[in-house]
Amino acid sequence: MLTLSLFLIPLIAGLVLLNIKNKSLASSISLVVSFIQIAVFVYAFSVFKDNSALLTFDKPWLSDFAIRFHLGLDGLSLVMVGLTVVLVAIILLAIKNLNYENIPRLLGLILLTEAALVGVFSAKDIFLFYFFFELALVPVYLIANFWGGENSSKITFKMFVYTVFGSLFMLISFVLLYMRGQSADIESIKVTVSLLPNLIKQILFWGLLLAFSIKMPIFPFHTWLPDAYSKSPTPATMLLSGLLSKMGVYGLIRILLPFAPSGVQMYGEIIIILAVVGLVYGSIIAIKQNEIKRLIAYSSFAHMGLMAGAVLTLSVTGLQGAIFQMVAHGFNAVGLFYIAKIIFDKTGSRSLTTLGGMTQSAPVLTVMFMVVLLGSVALPLTNGFVGEFLMLKAVFDFNHVIGIVAGLSVVFGAVYMLRFFQKTMYGPSNDSTINITDIGAKEMMVLVPIVIVVLLTGVFPNLILDISGSFVNSLGVLNK
Amino acid sequence: MTPIALIPLFPLIGFLINGLGFGKISKSLVPIIGTGASLLSFACVLLAYLQFDGTPVVVNLFDWITVGDLNIKFAFQLDQLSLIMLFVITGVGTLIHLYSAGYMSHDEGYGKFFAYLNLFLFSMILLVLGANYLIMFIGWEGVGLCSYLLIGFWNKNTDYANAARKAFIMNRVGDLGFLVGIFLIIQTFGTLEYLEVFEKAKGFQIGDGIILAITFALFVGAMGKSAQIPLFTWLPDAMAGPTPVSALIHAATMVTSGIYMIVRSNVLYSLSPATLEFVAWIGLATALLGATIGLFQNDIKKVLAYSTVSQLGYMFLGLGVMAYSSGLFHVITHAFFKALLFLGAGSVIHAMSGDQDIRNMGGLWPKIKITAITFLVGTIAISGIPPFSGFFSKDEILAHVFEHNKLMWGLALLGSFMTAFYMFRLFFVTFKGNFRGTHEQEHHLHESPSSMTLPLIVLAALSIIGGAIGFPEIFHFPHKLNEFLSPIYEGSKLVNPEFGVIHIDHATEWILMGVSVLVAVVAIVFAFTVYGNGKNVPGSDESMSGIKKVVYDKYYIDELYNNVFVNPISSLSKFFGNVIDNKFIDGIVNNVGSLVNQTSAQVKRLQVGGTSSYLLFMTIGIILLLVYSLVPGLFESLKSVIK
Repeated sequence: MLTLSLFLIPLIAGLVLLNIKNKSLASSISLVVSFIQIAVFVYAFSVFKDNSALLTFDKPWLSDFAIRFHLGLDGLSLVMVGLTVVLVAIILLAIKNLNYENIPRLLGLILLTEAALVGVFSAKDIFLFYFFFELALVPVYLIANFWGGENSSKITFKMFVYTVFGSLFMLISFVLLYMRGQSADIESIKVTVSLLPNLIKQILFWGLLLAFSIKMPIFPFHTWLPDAYSKSPTPATMLLSGLLSKMGVYGLIRILLPFAPSGVQMYGEIIIILAVVGLVYGSIIAIKQNEIKRLIAYSSFAHMGLMAGAVLTLSVTGLQGAIFQMVAHGFNAVGLFYIAKIIFDKTGSRSLTTLGGMTQSAPVLTVMFMVVLLGSVALPLTNGFVGEFLMLKAVFDFNHVIGIVAGLSVVFGAVYMLRFFQKTMYGPSNDSTINITDIGAKEMMVLVPIVIVVLLTGVFPNLILDISGSFVNSLGVLNK
Repeated sequence: MTPIALIPLFPLIGFLINGLGFGKISKSLVPIIGTGASLLSFACVLLAYLQFDGTPVVVNLFDWITVGDLNIKFAFQLDQLSLIMLFVITGVGTLIHLYSAGYMSHDEGYGKFFAYLNLFLFSMILLVLGANYLIMFIGWEGVGLCSYLLIGFWNKNTDYANAARKAFIMNRVGDLGFLVGIFLIIQTFGTLEYLEVFEKAKGFQIGDGIILAITFALFVGAMGKSAQIPLFTWLPDAMAGPTPVSALIHAATMVTSGIYMIVRSNVLYSLSPATLEFVAWIGLATALLGATIGLFQNDIKKVLAYSTVSQLGYMFLGLGVMAYSSGLFHVITHAFFKALLFLGAGSVIHAMSGDQDIRNMGGLWPKIKITAITFLVGTIAISGIPPFSGFFSKDEILAHVFEHNKLMWGLALLGSFMTAFYMFRLFFVTFKGNFRGTHEQEHHLHESPSSMTLPLIVLAALSIIGGAIGFPEIFHFPHKLNEFLSPIYEGSKLVNPEFGVIHIDHATEWILMGVSVLVAVVAIVFAFTVYGNGKNVPGSDESMSGIKKVVYDKYYIDELYNNVFVNPISSLSKFFGNVIDNKFIDGIVNNVGSLVNQTSAQVKRLQVGGTSSYLLFMTIGIILLLVYSLVPGLFESLKSVIK
C-alpha cells in the first residue's frame, strides 16, 4: 500500500494542480505533497528490512490478459524511488521561484512525472513497466513544448519520436515474451527466459537494449540529447537529466540483465566499448562547448555512458557503482542545470565567452557551484567519487585497457568543468556580471539540500550502498 | 575521542568556522582561529608521539565504502612514518599560518585564505594519516583541490586562474595513474589497508610483474603530485599563488606527497627493482632539468620553484636507490630551508611592494636585515655546506647513489654544483650591490612585521640544526631518524637482500663528503666572482640568445605540451562536436527518422488545441484508466480489510 500511495499522491495532486489557477495555493500544495512523499518514503524505508509486505500492491489490471497492477519495492526500487521523491521535491522548490508562466500547471506536470517515475521504478509487471516508461515522457514533453523557447517544440518532438521509437522495440520484446510464457510478471519471466529459443533471445536482447540505449542514451543513439537538454526549459531539462535518463539504466538492470542474460554475456563487451567510447567522446566534446547548458548536456551524456558500461561488466562493483552514480548524477545534474539557470537569469547569458568574474559579486553562489562541481568531477568525499571509483574499477577489472581509456574521463571531466567554472566565476568581471546580486534564501533552499546530499553521501556512501547491495547480491546473473 | 582523530579535526573545524563565517568574523579573530587550529593539531601530534609505543596504532572510524567483498574503512594509522610527516606538516604549517597573519593582512580575502589553508592542512593530514590507499587518495586529491583554490586565490587575473587549472588537471593525469595502482592493489591483495597489503606482499618474489605494474602506476601519481618529469610544468606556474602557499604547499608539504607514498609503500618498491631504477633516473633527470632552468631565471619565486622541482628530483633519486630514509630526511630538511627561502622571498616581495624580479632589487642586505640573514642561512643550507641541515640529507643520498651507480653520482654532483651556483646568484643579485628599483619602491623598503620575521628565525634555526636528526655513521653519533624509522622497513629487509646494505668504507665516505663540499664551495666562489660585487646584473629577456634562451624559456616544454596535447584535443573537441556529432551521426538519425517524420505529419494535425484542452484530455484519460483498472481491485481489497 505504501508504494501505491507514493504513486497515487503525486498523481492526484498533479491532476488537481493542472486544473487550478492560484499560484501560491499551487506552490503550497506542491510543497506539502513533496513533504508527504518524503515522509511516506522514509516510512517505507524504515519498514523495508523487516516488513516488505507493506511495500507491495498487487491487483489484477487487465485480467483477461493476466496483466496485473503490481507494484513493489526491493533494494534497487527503493533507491530509485528515494531519488525520485527527494529530487522532485528539490525541483519543485526550484521551479516555484523561477519566472515561468502558469506555474500551477508546471508544478502539476512535474508531479505527474513523479507519479509515472514511481510507477516505472516499482512496476513488477512488464506491461505496467512499459506503460509508465512511456507515460513519464508525456508531461515532460508537454513542459518542453509549452514552456520552451523558439524551436523547442521541433527539438522535443524529435526527442519524443526518437525515444518512443526505441520503446517500440521494448514493447515488441515484451509482447513476444508474453506470448511465449503467458505471463507478464517480471519475476516469473526471469525464471522462464532460459527456455526460449535462440532467435527469440537475440531479438529480446537487441530490442530491449535499443530501447534503453536511446533512453539513457548510449553512443551513438545520443544525438537527440544535446539539443533537447540545452533548448528545453530548465524544469524539463532537470527532469530529463536527473530522472528520466535513469529509467534507461534502471531498465538495463531490471529488465535486460535478467531477461537476456545470454545476449549480455555474448555482446556485453561491445556495449561496454560503445559506452566507454561515448564517455570519452562526450567528455571531449564538452571541452569546447561555450553554451553552458550544452556543456552540462554533454557531460551528462558522458556520465551515462560509464553507468551503462559498469552495469554490463556484470560485477557487484559495477552494479553498485552504477546504482550509486544514478543517485549522485541525479542530484549533481539538477544542481548544475539550476546553477546554469541562475547564471542566465542574473546575466542574461549562457555563453562562456561573455561571462566571467561572477565570484566578485556572488561569492555564495561560487561556493555552492564549487561543491556541486566537485561532486561532478568525482573528488573524494563527494558523491561523484564513490560512483566513479566503483564503476571505473569494474570496467578496469573487466578489461585493463578499456578501464584506462574510461579513466581518461576523470581528466577530461576536470578540464571542462573547471573551464566552465573559471569562465563564469573567475577572471575579470564585465558589464553583464559586474552588477549582479548574490543568491538569496530562495536559491539556498534548493542548493543547500543538494550540497548536503553531495557531501553526506560522499562521506557515508554506505547509506545507499547497503540498500542497493541487498538487491545486487540477490541478482543471480552476476559474474564472480 | 582519541587524540589521533583530533589531529585532522582541528583544521577541519578551523576551515568551517573561517569559511562559513567569512565576512562575518572580525579580522583580528581570523588568524587566531586559523593558526590556533593548526597549533592545536600540532599539539595533538606531540601528544600522540608521547603516547606512541612503537607499534602502529590503527583507529577505525567507520566503514566508508562497502561493496561485495571489498570493505574500505575510514581509518587512520599512526606509526613512525605518519608521525614524522605530521610533525613537518603541522609544525611548518603552524609557522606559515603565523606568517600569513602578517603577509595577507591587507587582502580582502583574509578569512577565505585561512579557511583554505586549514582545509589544506586537513587534506594533507588525511593523506599521511590514512590507514589505506583510498584515504591517502582522499588527501591526495584534496590537497590538489586546495592547491587549485590557493593558486587561483587572486583569480581576477586570468593567468593566475589558468595556472590553477593547469595544476589541477596535470595532477589529475597523475591521479589516474594512482587510481589504476589502487585498482591493481585491490585485484592483487583484495584489500587496500596498509598493514594487510604489506603483510601479503612479503609473500611475493622480487621482480614480480604485478608488483611492477602497481608500483609504476602509483609512481605516475607521484610524478604529478611531486612535479617530476614529465608532469612538472605546473609547479613553476603555481607560483601565481600567494607566497605562503608556495612555501607550505608547493615546497614543504604537498609536493613531497609522492615521496611519502613511496616510503609508505617501500615493501612494494623494494620488490620491484625495475621501478626503482626508473624512479631514480626520473628523479635524477628532473633534478638536472630543474637546476639548469633555475640558472637563468630572474623571478625570485621562479628560481625557488625550479629549485624545488630539482630538490624533489634528489629525493626520488634517493628513493630509487632504496635510500628511503635519506629521501625522507631530505623531505624534512628541505621543508625547513625551502619554506624559509620562500617565506624570505615573500618578505622581500613585501618590501619591494610586490615586485618579484631580482633585476630590480639589489642592495637589500642593510634594508631588511633579518630577512637577508635568514635567507642566507637557507641558501647555505640548500647548497650543502656543513653543518647546515641540507648537507647531511643530501650527502646521505649522494653516498647511496655512489654505491648504486657512479655515473648517476657524477650527474647528481653536477646538479649540486648548479644548485649552489644559482642559489648564491639569487642571493647576491638580490641582496648585494646597489638598489635598482624605482624611487617609490626604495622609499617603501622596510622589514616585515614580527609575525613574519619570527617564523623566518625559527625556520632558520631549524635549517641550521635540523641535520642533527641524522648524523652520518662515521661521526659516531646515533642516526636518530634511521633508528626511529627502522620498523617501517621490516618488509623491505625481508624481501630485498640489497636493502640497507652499505659497502663503502669510511675512507671513501670521507672522500665523498669532501668532494661534495668542495663542489658546493667552488660553485659559491664562482657565483661570487660573477655576481658578488653586485655590479653584474642578469640581462633583459630580449638580450638572451642561443642555448641560454632555450633554457630560460624552459626548453619550450609548455609549448610542446600545447602542441602535442592541448591543441589537438581542442581541435578534436570541435571536430567531434561540429562534424561527427552534428553532421554525421545526427544526419543518419534524421534520415532514418524521415520516414517517421512523414507519418508524424499526419499525427500533428491532432495538435491543434490549446494547452488547456490537452491537459483536460490527459486528466480525463488517466482518471478513466485508473478507475477502469483499479476500482474493482480496490473494492476487493477494501472488502478484505473490513472483513
